[in-house]
Amino acid sequence: MSGVGRQYGVLAEFDTPADVMAAAEKVRDAGYTQWDVHTPFPIHGMDEAMGLKNSKVGWFTFCGGMTGFFGGNLMIWFMNSFDYGIVVGGKPLYSPMFAFPVSYELTILLSAFGSLFGMLFLNRLPRLHHPLLKNKRFAKVTHDKFYVVIETADPKYSEDETHALLEETGSSHLEVVKE
Amino acid sequence: MEAAKENGLTIAPAPRELERESLVLNNRSLGWLSDRICGIVEDKTPTWWWVSFLISLPTALICFIMIGYLISTGVGVWGLNHPIAWGWAIVNFVWWIGIGHAGTLISAILFLLRQKWRTSINRAAEAMTIFAVMCAGIFPAIHVGRIWFAWWLFPLPNANGPIWPQFRSPLLWDVFAVSTYFTVSLLFWYMGLIPDLATVRDRAKSVVRKFFYGLFSLGWTGSNRHWSNYEKAYLLLAGLSTPLVLSVHSIVSFDFAVSQLPGWHTTIFPPYFVAGAIFSGFGMVITLMVPLRTIFKLEDVITVRHVELMCKVILATGSIVGYAYGMEVFIAWYGGNPYEAYAFQNRAFGPYWWAYWIMISCNVLSPQFFWFKKIRTNMVYVFILSIFVNIGMWFERFVIVVTSLHRDYLPSNWGYYSPTHVDVLTYVGTFGFFMALFLLFIRFLPLIAISEVKGVTPQADPHHPLGGAKGGKH
Repeated sequence: MSGVGRQYGVLAEFDTPADVMAAAEKVRDAGYTQWDVHTPFPIHGMDEAMGLKNSKVGWFTFCGGMTGFFGGNLMIWFMNSFDYGIVVGGKPLYSPMFAFPVSYELTILLSAFGSLFGMLFLNRLPRLHHPLLKNKRFAKVTHDKFYVVIETADPKYSEDETHALLEETGSSHLEVVKE
Repeated sequence: MEAAKENGLTIAPAPRELERESLVLNNRSLGWLSDRICGIVEDKTPTWWWVSFLISLPTALICFIMIGYLISTGVGVWGLNHPIAWGWAIVNFVWWIGIGHAGTLISAILFLLRQKWRTSINRAAEAMTIFAVMCAGIFPAIHVGRIWFAWWLFPLPNANGPIWPQFRSPLLWDVFAVSTYFTVSLLFWYMGLIPDLATVRDRAKSVVRKFFYGLFSLGWTGSNRHWSNYEKAYLLLAGLSTPLVLSVHSIVSFDFAVSQLPGWHTTIFPPYFVAGAIFSGFGMVITLMVPLRTIFKLEDVITVRHVELMCKVILATGSIVGYAYGMEVFIAWYGGNPYEAYAFQNRAFGPYWWAYWIMISCNVLSPQFFWFKKIRTNMVYVFILSIFVNIGMWFERFVIVVTSLHRDYLPSNWGYYSPTHVDVLTYVGTFGFFMALFLLFIRFLPLIAISEVKGVTPQADPHHPLGGAKGGKH
């Protein structure tokens, strides 16, 4: 438990989604903030069990979409009406009608960029190094095991209490992860 | 249930009639799923893969040699001439782009409709979409004639005034629709791949694999704080892809419907094109997935039920397409426009009658066999019928493009179009291009969305005894 290297946190392994969810509720109720649950797939209800709020990705999508729609209209007005107007078939130089299909596609394009890159930004990804990824046992997180990790950075972290709490949740394996 | 008994659970099992039919057969464990699916990527390359790849690659090369010949010589090497200026290139473009639509339907629309069976087929179908759109994109680019000016399609500053693209034209809408479609499909596909690339990374033995899968999985740790944002982004992308996929083929149909030509100028085109696209796309999904599930022994993941459900989609969309053909003919008569009436009479009984009747038999008659469960569950019949769907939908586009153009208002404007060997070989080459890309995909990337399939098993449900639920606490 002591030894060389700084400690990143303590890792508790579970075998089923129900066990890890019960453990998450206990950790949440104990008031920890710097902790996480790691699972091979998203578990329905885990956000409530961890006490997470609704994701903010939607705001990035919304901003992207608005930029796409108004930017598209602005671009078409600028090109076909302001900068170099061409009269075709007596139609108006700019109309939101014919500008719609292209603006609509740009709305979707920039919303999609907003969603993906917003998600990556909120998750602080890509991240090419993580203490957990060096841990041999943790490799099962993408296979069939479930983990609760409480970081040493958490203000409530204390080696004995945190270990006692995780042992109480019925974890099948406890381990300290080095930085 | 066995595992539940061993743990001494108090929860009562659901009555048999209320228990959902499991999407993964034989109660396969979470570990089995990653072993079996990653195994395809990790095992030694099978001989059949090399054989197929070494056939696909030279075939793809033919496509690019033909394109080189076209560019260096001119569009005269194609069969195009007055009055038919849109030949195989546009037929192939619409056909390939239509095929892509099934991938987005599976990944986005079925996701919004909470059709959980989609998880077994969405990854491969999305890959199919991306490669099909790449094949489609070749044709309009080389069809512009002076291909070195193809960049004029995009609103880029230039030294000519500057002269900008003309945004009243449906052809320009198409540029934006198709390029958006490709980009968004790629983003959606890649986002779905991130957790699965992490699975392959965590299993990798060699340094090279660890490096590349590690790089592309972006440091994914399966954190629930990440999953929370990820799932929201996935839902939003599905919500965005749904109107996108409907708009793409609607806009493709505007290329025809906005013109004044009898046979093209009809309001039924957008919904009819979208239904046809989904119809042909599911045909291609079945053509690809039925052999794959046997070769890779994935029958427990891509079950007979999955194939049956896809057959039902083909039956439904095929019937919509049949209805649209009937309605076109009806309106041509009921509308009282002699040119319109002639265009449709000429389609069925004119010089291109054979194309029309191939289309009717493949698209309207062949899917009707899927009313029978015996046929829907027989993989050989399903595979053969899916080929008919692919052929039929190619002929549909041929009928629309060529028969409408070949005879317009004045008999002096009449002609007969035949493709040249360059037309044919370019099209054949795109199959090589598509297959080469698809083979690389199944060799290097997990062809089933591992984390998504895990998520729909009872073992993943914290409220199910197999997921470890005790006494209904949650």
